[in-house]
Amino acid sequence: MNNAAITLTSQPAIAKNRDLSILAMLVCIAIVAPLVIYPVFLMKVLCFALFALAFNLLIGYVGLLSFGHAMFFGGAAYISGHVVKVWGWSPELGILAGTVCAALLGLVTGVLAIRRQGIYFAMVTLALAQMVFFFCVQAPFTGGEDGIQAIPRRPILGLFDLSNDYAFYYVVLAIFTFGFLVIWRTIHSPFGQVLKAIRENEPRAISLGYRVEQYKLLAFVLSAALAGMAGATKAIVFQLASLTDVSWQMSGEVVLMTLVGGMGTVFGPIVGAGVIITMQNYLAGFGEWVLVIQGVIFVVVVLAFRKGIVGELQAWWQRRQNQKG
Amino acid sequence: MFELLGIPPQALFGQLLLGLINGAFYAMLSLGLAVIFGLLNVINFTHGAQYMMGAFAAWMLLEWAGVPYWGALVIAPIVVGAIGIAMERLFLRHLYHLDHLYGLLLTFGLALIIEGVFRKQFGSTGLPYANPLPGGTRLDFMFLPWYRAWIVAASLAICLGTWFMIERTKLGSYLRAATERPDLVQAFGINVPRMITLTYGFGVGLAALAGVLAAPAYNVNPLMGSNLIIIVFAVVVIGGMGSIMGAIVTGFALGIIEGLTKVFYPEASNTVIFIIMAIVLMLKPAGLFGTPK
Repeated sequence: MNNAAITLTSQPAIAKNRDLSILAMLVCIAIVAPLVIYPVFLMKVLCFALFALAFNLLIGYVGLLSFGHAMFFGGAAYISGHVVKVWGWSPELGILAGTVCAALLGLVTGVLAIRRQGIYFAMVTLALAQMVFFFCVQAPFTGGEDGIQAIPRRPILGLFDLSNDYAFYYVVLAIFTFGFLVIWRTIHSPFGQVLKAIRENEPRAISLGYRVEQYKLLAFVLSAALAGMAGATKAIVFQLASLTDVSWQMSGEVVLMTLVGGMGTVFGPIVGAGVIITMQNYLAGFGEWVLVIQGVIFVVVVLAFRKGIVGELQAWWQRRQNQKG
Repeated sequence: MFELLGIPPQALFGQLLLGLINGAFYAMLSLGLAVIFGLLNVINFTHGAQYMMGAFAAWMLLEWAGVPYWGALVIAPIVVGAIGIAMERLFLRHLYHLDHLYGLLLTFGLALIIEGVFRKQFGSTGLPYANPLPGGTRLDFMFLPWYRAWIVAASLAICLGTWFMIERTKLGSYLRAATERPDLVQAFGINVPRMITLTYGFGVGLAALAGVLAAPAYNVNPLMGSNLIIIVFAVVVIGGMGSIMGAIVTGFALGIIEGLTKVFYPEASNTVIFIIMAIVLMLKPAGLFGTPK
């Protein structure tokens, strides 16, 4: 399968430093952001940005389109909600439990899904996620249509009071930065280079002696775990885990965020999550039209705008540099 | 034997019949998906929405124009198929040179748009459609409603007719040839782009026809398609998309298995198809009728 079309050219090593300075700048902006923007909104953006980053690790760097990432996001939200509310665990343990469970779910579903490629991979992940959805509808601990509500916000590490939105915002920012650094480290490691090789030409990677199945599985588990971390954090921020989090619409939403921001770019998913969450916020009053507008964005981006916002910016910058040089 | 299992035969055969009907819809939809994928290399995520449009077309024809069910059975697939042709001309054909995944993403977006518009217009509770064949007959072991018998018979005829057309006619041989080597077929003077458009229209029309058949059996509901399409994807993964007959057999068989699960272990009836998919992926990753690539 030719994935070259779907992703941008891999970034040269010099880009590493540039990425880190952009990250440092973003973190600086994020630190002062709650002075002007409502912190709960910012926390939502950060959770979904981490979710989209985890998804992008698969589509952008391994060339696998997962259409079922909501099972990790929503599954982890239920787990952390349950252990924090019913078992009385602290939030950091709750998030950890959600992340670990998502990783285990990723291991089981990944073993099955990587047996097929391309379009079948997308269908298999979608079907497996639907199975998890039906499980969550029936399982006794998920609360059915109501979900798990009023998840308590206990002090994290016994120190910081999470009932204060501003304090919690910085905790979420720390979790997000950790997740970003894990992904950034992964894609710049030798492991990440092998993933890119698999994306570009899988038979060739096999002929070079790489066990591509193991690489794909590890990337899948990592992506699942980080998606789970995002979902678990989201559950504690909004004190809610519900069926929306595991539905196929949620899987579609994360695809949309990544597509809008730019698949295979380092910062694209963050931009995409920001754009889509902002849009949902402003359009909340339009009810059903939100889905229609999301559909229109899908169609427009796929037809005219495949590189996404960050991808188009990078291409524009590249052209400018070429003209100068 | 039935007494041993503690299940009355009426319940068993009733669920078997319901399973057979579900299977009929799985078979018709996965057939359309397979035909479209064969020629266009696009997984048509809009398939569920087009099935729903077929059902709504029947409802609108009845409520707004007074066209009865039997007329809708002919008109609705043609109308929805024509809309499908317009969609292929406007959107899909710009993506054939790209990765298959973009086709999936585009049709997903189109499905969201169609579903959203219908939900806005008709709500999500569903609208009733009068049964055109009321009544039924009492057999020794169960009551057989006429309309359910009609669904099974009609869908079998549609599936076998499609199979015959593709595998046994001259037109079908062009289609199969274009699936293998579109460039060569084009060189022999056949208009392949037009064939692609018509094939998409045909696949969409098939989905709409299934929608019309479904309208009296279930409520006409904007969400009826998206609930079904994910199961149909699992059916396609189980069967593999290489064979027309494979798609038909897998569809009916899985419907029956699902029906039986409702009798013996109802908790798993929603998930049994996905579990079978997982088992098939472990044992025969290419699908039961697929060929490994």
